Amino acid sequence: MFIKEYLSDIYKATKSLLTGMKRTGYYFVHPKEIITEQYPDNRDTLKMADRFRGEVIMPHDENNEHACTGCTACELACPNATIKIITKFDVTPEGKKKKALDTFVYHLELCTMCNLCVQACPTDAIKMGQNFEHSVYDRSMLLKKLNRPGSKIREGVE
Amino acid sequence: MYTETQIVERPAVIDPFEGDGENLVINIGPQHPATHGVLHLVVTLNGETIKKVEPHLGYIHRSIEKMCESLSYRQFIYVTSRMDYLSAHINNHACAMTVEKGMQIEVPARAQYIRVIMDELTRIASHELWWGAMAMDLGAFTPFFYAFRERETINDIMEQTCGARLTMNYMVPGGVMADLHPTFQQKVKDFITLFKSNIDEYDELVTGNIIFQSRTKGVGYLSKEDAISYGCTGPVGRGSGVSCDIRKIYPYEVYNQVQFDEMLETGGDSFSRYQVRVKELRESIKIIEQLIDNVPAGDYLAKTKAVLKLPKGEFYTRVETARGELGVYIVSEGGTTPYRIKFRSPGFSNLSALDHMVRGSKIGDLMATMGTLDLVIPDIDR
Ligand code: SF4
Ligand code: SF4
Repeated sequence: MFIKEYLSDIYKATKSLLTGMKRTGYYFVHPKEIITEQYPDNRDTLKMADRFRGEVIMPHDENNEHACTGCTACELACPNATIKIITKFDVTPEGKKKKALDTFVYHLELCTMCNLCVQACPTDAIKMGQNFEHSVYDRSMLLKKLNRPGSKIREGVE
Repeated sequence: MYTETQIVERPAVIDPFEGDGENLVINIGPQHPATHGVLHLVVTLNGETIKKVEPHLGYIHRSIEKMCESLSYRQFIYVTSRMDYLSAHINNHACAMTVEKGMQIEVPARAQYIRVIMDELTRIASHELWWGAMAMDLGAFTPFFYAFRERETINDIMEQTCGARLTMNYMVPGGVMADLHPTFQQKVKDFITLFKSNIDEYDELVTGNIIFQSRTKGVGYLSKEDAISYGCTGPVGRGSGVSCDIRKIYPYEVYNQVQFDEMLETGGDSFSRYQVRVKELRESIKIIEQLIDNVPAGDYLAKTKAVLKLPKGEFYTRVETARGELGVYIVSEGGTTPYRIKFRSPGFSNLSALDHMVRGSKIGDLMATMGTLDLVIPDIDR
């Protein structure tokens, strides 16, 4: 009786192990079914999803114009004080003073890519970019100015 | 102030020489591969037998509850992704629901469907990771890669629709942040087809394996009464036969419109908890299948005010995360930020039962028991 049980235990154990090994063996001889990305060798073909949140960017058009009015809604929406809006006063042709964006300071090192600033912006001046390779040698290099030098607000954006 | 007698009575540091003088105290963690994070266990051993396990917490305490007090009702949700990061969606969901409850915001039907689908995808992804890590704890390395193969597909789907892979911040008060990606439904259906054929591999690889069975069966026993008194929820509670699925008992969103079973096992050992989770994988698939083709058209986000203000009062909601019951308790003074927020996290209560479960068993069983508790340390510490 004991011997019989003992042998059947061995049989069951070997069978359960072989069933598992069969799976492993299957993938060993079917390397095509393995999915591994060869990053960074595939950098040229790698495309992130459209909505992927890698950093905050401010799109500029061909005339070097953006849509930011300097309203600071994004600064207030950000949970981490990542954004600092510095405003200035432009003089319009009529001679009136008008508030405008001077510098859009963006601390990439503080950003958690939560998308709240983009949602808060009334003029869609900022959006999330797909770049995710942010490593630099010095933390200070992560401090960015998003509006390009010499850029101004697009006509008609209020 | 403590009086002198109180100080003496406090169960202080374990004396390694108490008892018969054979006890040995070892530290597992805070940097140890088996604790999956910065958990520190002080284990008192007698030979190979465990006398006592004392979890020491606080290595990843970020004081999230306190942080939330200074954030507005829109902002505090993203922080909760960092508690139980494997159930990030479900945490966000609980917080969004609490705010909606307080402000009496009606969530559009489309958003409710999307939320539930996302929750279940998260649950699958989380159980996948647990399955791989659990097998790895017991010495099987291959299952980890199998699990991540499927999990990767879910992450890709999340990335496309939510914009992030782990900390999505997709649930916002009033609905969801963005509409579904046009290819979302097709991708999810492809995933379900793939997953259904792959889940049988799981059983072949691990469930039926004789080594795995003998290492988990009868190990880490938790009786039904103890599970209740320790407040164990989720698969840990259900593995001991406690019916505690919030999706069934207090259905939220569209959970009362879908057919699914609450998985109960009565064994109370590690293998029962394992089986509950593997079965839940199949149940989640069932829920998604019922919803994916019926997502109603319409708004995905209700119109809300720019600044949210909860009325004065206390608000509590509970949801079922991949690890158990998560409760969000907000005390509001009527301002734009919460006066106090408390999270009732499943991991904390489940961990508290660990000492009771492993006393008297061998040290190897500690790993098997901890594996089936499915601990996520940031969820315990917050
Ligand atoms: S993505 Fe979030 S953290 Fe980053 S700047 Fe915008 S609001 Fe701030
Ligand atoms: S980016 Fe948008 S929200 Fe921020 S200051 Fe400019 S216009 Fe206002």
